[in-house]
Amino acid sequence: MIKSSSNIVETKYFTFAHSPEEFILESKEKLSPVTIAYEAYGALNKEKSNAVLILHALSGDAHAAGLHKGEDKPGWWDNMIGPARAFDTEKYFIICSNVLGGCRGSTGPGSLNPKTNKPYALDFPLITIGDMVNAQKALIEHLGIDKLLCVIGGSMGGMQVLSWLIKYPDKIRSAIPIATAPKHSPQQIAFDEVGRQAIMADQDWKSGNYYSGKSPNKGLAIARMIGHITYMSDASMAEKFGRQKTNGTEHFKFTADFEVEGYLRYRGDNFVKRFDANSYLYITKAMDNFDASQDRPLHEVLSGKPLKVLVIAFKSDWLYPAYQSKEIVKAFKHAGIGVSFCEVDSTYGHDAFLLETKEETHLISNFLKSVSQKRGRT
Amino acid sequence: MKEDEIIKGDHRAILDMVAPSSLVLDLGCGGGELLELLTMKKNVRGQGIEIDEQAIYRCVAKGLSVLHGDIDTGLSEYKDKTFDYVILNQSFQQLKHVETVLFDALRVGNKVIVGFPNFAYYRARLRLFFRGRVPITASLPYTWYETPNLHFLSTLDFLDYCRQKSIKVERKVYLAGEKRMRVLPNFFANTGLFLISK
Repeated sequence: MIKSSSNIVETKYFTFAHSPEEFILESKEKLSPVTIAYEAYGALNKEKSNAVLILHALSGDAHAAGLHKGEDKPGWWDNMIGPARAFDTEKYFIICSNVLGGCRGSTGPGSLNPKTNKPYALDFPLITIGDMVNAQKALIEHLGIDKLLCVIGGSMGGMQVLSWLIKYPDKIRSAIPIATAPKHSPQQIAFDEVGRQAIMADQDWKSGNYYSGKSPNKGLAIARMIGHITYMSDASMAEKFGRQKTNGTEHFKFTADFEVEGYLRYRGDNFVKRFDANSYLYITKAMDNFDASQDRPLHEVLSGKPLKVLVIAFKSDWLYPAYQSKEIVKAFKHAGIGVSFCEVDSTYGHDAFLLETKEETHLISNFLKSVSQKRGRT
Repeated sequence: MKEDEIIKGDHRAILDMVAPSSLVLDLGCGGGELLELLTMKKNVRGQGIEIDEQAIYRCVAKGLSVLHGDIDTGLSEYKDKTFDYVILNQSFQQLKHVETVLFDALRVGNKVIVGFPNFAYYRARLRLFFRGRVPITASLPYTWYETPNLHFLSTLDFLDYCRQKSIKVERKVYLAGEKRMRVLPNFFANTGLFLISK
């Protein structure tokens, strides 16, 4: 990886709804103030027509691309964002923000509650995907952007894309939901619930009030391990690990003998260093509660809007199977919206949306090009 | 090169059949060459369906709306008369369930354009008759072991079928490469294109 000063990036913070103003959630509960962590790459053009909003998944954050000073791990979608990449920073102004309820700089359960001067913990109100989107909209307005060229995201990011389409169809020109669902199936809710139970069963969780002591790391690590299993596929696990044994020297009957065990433990242990268990509870709940057609059928909301949509799914993704993407496509078809759908042949499972960058680059760069050209013509 | 000419020929015929600014569904749209042409020359609003992933990429690169899917699984998601035209050009003879798809196309479209290679083309007849080999012609370019075609029909077979099923044939175009064939078309044309409705 080439490290140059040009791709050093930093997270910025936007705080709004300062008292006495309040940010009203979909549950009618209120938050004040709200901080949203975000990063931006490239430059906004004079017409302010080249802004693309990237929406991250459950464990993602605002750091989508480039390097933070002194660090050597690039952002989570770095191979998609930059000059001549899918999100070409020489053409587009790319924004990515940490979701409301998160723990990577945006206001969440681990933030200080100004009323008590202690972390919110479970006093933090339940948030929805729609609340995340409302906070993003406040950020976009703050950046002086009236209309986004595109909103794009995978998995939970895809749910936010759908929410943008429903709530603010006139504020976007195009949308790319990837490996996502209009609502969680019982199977998806079930996996989330096991993750939440693992956290809440950790004695260090203490009903969420752990911020002054030990964190429920064991529970959160198990939640992450379950997550990782659902992000991969049978084939990708077989290819990555086989039945390869680790060469551990521990003398304990249940050591991580197989590589896959070691990998999951490593992933779990690493995750707790950067993620807050309560955020995991709040965000997975927001995903489970999301239903794109809760108020009105998607096609009714979108009918007649001059939008262009590209839906991407992956063949081996059993967590967000392609049939869920096809449901989304069906709604766009009924609404008479120009929609493209591609089910990419991949063995990576749900993780494919972070890994199949060649295919995604091809689809996304061309799609963005045609959307921005169309604007030029009208 | 010859292939190219034929494609241009049938595309031109379809351009003639489609009214400007109409809504078009292209079933088996491939890399989107026809849809792009229709969009540019006839200002249609088009939607393609294609099974091949690489072809999808080419469609997206052209800025077209394309859905990755198998047209053999049906068009049940579309309401009646959603489109002005449904096109089945060169995908028709490759369908597993020809009848189901054709009737679904007639349901979701006001008109349907069907294009397929004519198996009774004289060169095909000669090759079969004199050489005892399965025809390989400009419009039927594949060997028997790699052909995607599942149905082999002549233009007369198709017209018989339409008569049986009370399908109205509004226009007939017979092509041999670029040229339109008017005399003994089932003998001299290697491609037939039909504008039909129910």
